[in-house]
Amino acid sequence: MMTFVQGDRRALLPFFALVAVLLVTAARVDAAVFNPKTFRLSNGIQVVLIPNNRVPVATHMVWYRVGSADEEPGKTGAAHLLEHLMFKGTPAYPSGAFSKIVARNGGQENAFTSQDYTGYYQTIAVDRLEKVMAMEADRMTNLILSENDVKTERLVVLEERRQRIDNNPSAILREYVNAAMFLNYPYRNPVIGWADEIRSLTRKDILAFYRRWYGPDNAIVVIAGDVTVEQVRPMAERTYGKIPAVSKPPRPRPGRVRPQEPPQKASRRVVLKDERVRQPFWSRQFMAPSYRNGATGQAYALEVLSEIFGDGSTSRLYRSLVVERKLAVSAGVRYDPSALGPARFVVYASPRLGVSIEQLKNAVADEIKILLKSGVTSDELERTVRRMQADAVYARDSLSTGAQVLGESLVIGMSIDDVESWPERIGAVTVEQINAAARAVLIRGHSVTSTLLPLKEGS
Amino acid sequence: MNGRLHLPGLALLGFIVLIFLPGGEAQAVEVERVVSPKGIEAWLVRNHANPIISLKLAFRGGAALDPKGKEGLARMVSTVLDEGAGDLNSQTFQKRLDDLSITLHFSAGRDTFQGTLKTLTKNRDEAFDLLALALNKPRFDGEPISRMRSQLLAGLRQDAEDPDEIASLSLFKALFPDHPYGRPVKGTPETIRAITADDLRAFVSRRLARDNLLIGVVGDITPERLGMLLDKTFGGLPARASDWRLPEAAKPAGGKTLVVKKPVPQSAIVFAQEGLKRDDPDFYAAYVMNHVLGAGGFTSRLYTEIREKRGLAYSVGSYLYPLDAAGLIYGSAGTANKRVAETLKIIRSQWARMAKKGVTGEELKDAKTYLTGSFPLRFTSNGRVASILIGMQLDQLGIDYLDRRNGYIEAVTLEDVNRVAKKWLNPKKLTVVVVGEPEGVSSGK
Repeated sequence: MMTFVQGDRRALLPFFALVAVLLVTAARVDAAVFNPKTFRLSNGIQVVLIPNNRVPVATHMVWYRVGSADEEPGKTGAAHLLEHLMFKGTPAYPSGAFSKIVARNGGQENAFTSQDYTGYYQTIAVDRLEKVMAMEADRMTNLILSENDVKTERLVVLEERRQRIDNNPSAILREYVNAAMFLNYPYRNPVIGWADEIRSLTRKDILAFYRRWYGPDNAIVVIAGDVTVEQVRPMAERTYGKIPAVSKPPRPRPGRVRPQEPPQKASRRVVLKDERVRQPFWSRQFMAPSYRNGATGQAYALEVLSEIFGDGSTSRLYRSLVVERKLAVSAGVRYDPSALGPARFVVYASPRLGVSIEQLKNAVADEIKILLKSGVTSDELERTVRRMQADAVYARDSLSTGAQVLGESLVIGMSIDDVESWPERIGAVTVEQINAAARAVLIRGHSVTSTLLPLKEGS
Repeated sequence: MNGRLHLPGLALLGFIVLIFLPGGEAQAVEVERVVSPKGIEAWLVRNHANPIISLKLAFRGGAALDPKGKEGLARMVSTVLDEGAGDLNSQTFQKRLDDLSITLHFSAGRDTFQGTLKTLTKNRDEAFDLLALALNKPRFDGEPISRMRSQLLAGLRQDAEDPDEIASLSLFKALFPDHPYGRPVKGTPETIRAITADDLRAFVSRRLARDNLLIGVVGDITPERLGMLLDKTFGGLPARASDWRLPEAAKPAGGKTLVVKKPVPQSAIVFAQEGLKRDDPDFYAAYVMNHVLGAGGFTSRLYTEIREKRGLAYSVGSYLYPLDAAGLIYGSAGTANKRVAETLKIIRSQWARMAKKGVTGEELKDAKTYLTGSFPLRFTSNGRVASILIGMQLDQLGIDYLDRRNGYIEAVTLEDVNRVAKKWLNPKKLTVVVVGEPEGVSSGK
């Protein structure tokens, strides 16, 4: 199952966000999920089209192969601040004209930044599609920024940080957990950046980041809507096709070479006690393979395992901790393998009133022990696979889901075939594979355990 | 196959709506009125592109009808209603939903109690059976009640420290001191503890009936099949619900500022004044006015003045908030404690500027092209269309509303907008709540 965390307007896309962001869950599934078409222009830009003729509307997205994990040391927050600043203007569409034109044409737009990618999108009447393609192509290389733009937008981002992180103890704890989990991999830094580093980002920093990472050879255009390849290709040639392959003087794209995460060898414990906490929360997370990092072959088995073990009210954890033993108000698993770097398998629970974290932790440990000892059953596997494959059918319904799934997958280097054959691959997962993956990943001595507690016990 | 069914008494009244796009291209969305043999009505938009069916339902009457001392009852029913029915206990019921990939859940708002059903076509009959069971034969066993109670209480403990939740609760309490709208939809720890299984049962028997039920269906189903399923699913509900009408709320006095101290770096600000109800003849003029004031994406005045020019907030906006028995113009912002006073000053001055000078011809034109041009963007999934069908019925807009809607926006004149702005907007009428440690702002009239 893929999980999208999509923020509101010019938002941030942190993985594993628990907070006030809209969660859209989508899966890819059933042989040929979205039936996309694709072509590439001579300057390197890839265009993907997902036909959907429900209404004469299109969602147009541009995905850049750069995210917060590609920032230089000391420059955290650069990818996200740039995303905000991309709305400021170009010579052709100065000072806010981009958003005004989109709005005047009845379009809606937004943008997002994650650890691995940055994206921009508009949803608009299909006969206005070429206009937004032209504007998006224009700002791919022609951004202009004033000192004042940067100064003001830094303040906006600092307010965004206060709202998303500093006002929220569980978000603060998550920053510490990420830093504990990743010794060296840049996922240890928050997507929005550390406050002091956001304050120190300059116009020069942002423009350098922009020039380094934005360009047709590092972008993917995804369009979902009531259009055909025959219609879109000439539009793409007239807009994106006009951007030179490389800037002058030519510069090779540096590629994404990231610091590597060493093997995990010690357990870590992170505790936050805060006067603003009244409902405690406990989690334990394990470094895990993603689709693109580590033992990638295990990712599909882990997806099925996460559903069996911790998704929904019939999962093992919920049934045991919440229904039967009455220790928790919530319990579950989060696992999202759509990442260029390592993924995490997160087991969490929140106690009922009067239940100690110790009791809760032991109960989760019991369930993990049973899982590792006896494994999952073929009945559980079969039920879960059926449900996950059905999710892929549902994913076809909404106009934007296909564009999101394709974009998020291709931008981390997966193929269209990877997306389209997801139901098949989930269907091929065996009990043995799940049990082997569980034993490889769920190692207590390599995990990070976090606890969110009230300042005073028992309050 | 389904097309061959002919049911005596099944009335079908179709209405084809052309959705016009800015360029003039039009596309049909057909809204059909399906009336079952037993007289149960649903609005249907067929879409056979995917083997999926979405159903939304709403019963008029929501949390505002919760008895005093049992606030949170409607919400608690919404959490327990899908936790066991008929012969199926909670885990069996939930497992059945899971195994058939059916989504079923309920929710409670101030004025309505709503439900959502989503199924693959191949599991359609089982899905409607499960919905029927939940509505007609909920078990309300002790285990799920106590489990949901503990979850609701945990949620309230979290809300008690959440600046946005505190702000919104305090605002409604201040706006409606003597009306059910001032009471918390989610209840309080005391009221949640006081709710019994009998309360849940009484709610179901009195509030879920055929005369306050509205249904919207979108997807891979024929009117004939739907008509049959409507009878099976809803035919067993009582004919009449107990009265759901609320007394009209007194107009909020306004002018008050309330500061709730919480140790957070960013203050949550909410503000509201009396506003228009949905059936007000000036509703569309106000809708266009508010688009310019605070709702227009990256282009509204509040956004431009507070975020774009000064970097005071990440999110800021205003909304029309029509309820059954009251109307509000509502807004929110979040800013660092030391910048609250400045932010509030700008909000008030923008309120006053709009009241005094209204909008420009260009702002009006831009608002209209956005509001009419973006209308088709709401029709991009089954669930969204089903929600629109419910909204049209709740607001009694008529089955041909989709065809008329953009005309209402087009008909709004500059004089309308400016008259409505002058009539309604008044910064002195704003009730303001700030949660945090704001500097230079304190509670008071």
